Amino acid sequence: MSWKLFELLVQASLYTVLISFISITIGLAIGIVVSAASLSSQRALSIPARTFVSFFRGAPLLVQLLLIYNLLPALGLNVPSVVAAIAGLSLCTAAYQAENLRGGFQSVPRGLLEAADMAGLSAFQQFRRIRAPIALRLAFPSLVNEAIMILKASSLVSVVGIVELTRMAQDLAASTYRPIELFSAAGLLYLIINWLIASGGSLFERSFRWGRP
Amino acid sequence: MNFDTNLIVSIMPELARAFGVTLLTWGFGVIGAVILGFMVAVGRRYGGAWLNYPLWLCVEVIRGTPFLIQLFLLYYGGPFVGISLDPIPAGLLGLTVYGAAYFSEIFRAGFEAVPPGHVEAAECVGLNRPQIIRRIMIPEMTMLVLPASVNMAIILLKETAVLSIITVPELTLVISAIGSQQYAFVESLFLLALFYWGLVELSGRLGRFMEVRLSKYRFVTT
Repeated sequence: MSWKLFELLVQASLYTVLISFISITIGLAIGIVVSAASLSSQRALSIPARTFVSFFRGAPLLVQLLLIYNLLPALGLNVPSVVAAIAGLSLCTAAYQAENLRGGFQSVPRGLLEAADMAGLSAFQQFRRIRAPIALRLAFPSLVNEAIMILKASSLVSVVGIVELTRMAQDLAASTYRPIELFSAAGLLYLIINWLIASGGSLFERSFRWGRP
Repeated sequence: MNFDTNLIVSIMPELARAFGVTLLTWGFGVIGAVILGFMVAVGRRYGGAWLNYPLWLCVEVIRGTPFLIQLFLLYYGGPFVGISLDPIPAGLLGLTVYGAAYFSEIFRAGFEAVPPGHVEAAECVGLNRPQIIRRIMIPEMTMLVLPASVNMAIILLKETAVLSIITVPELTLVISAIGSQQYAFVESLFLLALFYWGLVELSGRLGRFMEVRLSKYRFVTT
């Protein structure tokens, strides 16, 4: 396999990283809202949130991607396929992250919230200053795991025609008749990126410890 | 949209076959993955460094790469090294190997959770290694690994949808084909998603029910 092919794969892997990163970020934002809603005492909020989490964790990601990819044009929204792909990945990861964050929110010590009440913090201030930082810190290891899952799952967006790492390897394998080399190289790139995420995550995790702001 | 009963009746046999393929690949995939994963876990624990490190590398590679890449390597790369498989066997093999990597980690954690004192006691009364695995390790770890195993089995159910990409005629492939023939792609995909959702919820409930029923056999309390 020539360097030229490998270069193409590396470029495509940057696209994979970009798609995954955007999806994780959007998913985190949605996940925070959904987890807050699912913990709400108002059933009008908690039931839809829990249904959302259950559905997006229950249906296969491939089916979700195909559905969103075809649903958006059917609703009259003509968006580029990459937007549909990011929407699908974001919704799926939002459900998983909401579940992780729910665990985080539930483990916030009650005493801290009572102290915050005593100190006169409003509900929003409590969320912003106490609950969200602690929950995010507790859920951080699972967030890193989720980032790795999404990076691997992003290979599925190749089926809606986005030329990321998997699709690039597939196209090159079809034109060069060298599937073994190309798919192995693509796998190696996924491994390297995952390793980077995992080591970056544990470095970052070490930099904040429990109880420190 | 008009509702056509004849259409639904006419596609029923095809749907039933596709559901059969999904259940078959899932069922045999999980069984194969559990057996292979158990063998890997035992090999890593008792096989010495020469077996442990290569197996560790295999597990890490499989866990670190997308399932789709592994399937492509097997299905499109296989014929170049003399492994020409039809879609269903290729999908089944891919699912088994993929699942085995994750199951081996579950079982490894299970082995580690068995108190060393129990194993030492078994050694003292003269049990040999296969007996220790069969009489002490497996009974004690089964309850511990059950929740994670049920979870993994459910993940594998969802991964069977990916097999449609290498043209395994399972539900996702057949339903999207019917959907595009009948110009009802979005509707059929939506029903498909709901169906998988129901199946996953059902399996999860069944798993939790099993855990509760079997919890009296819990040997190790941690």
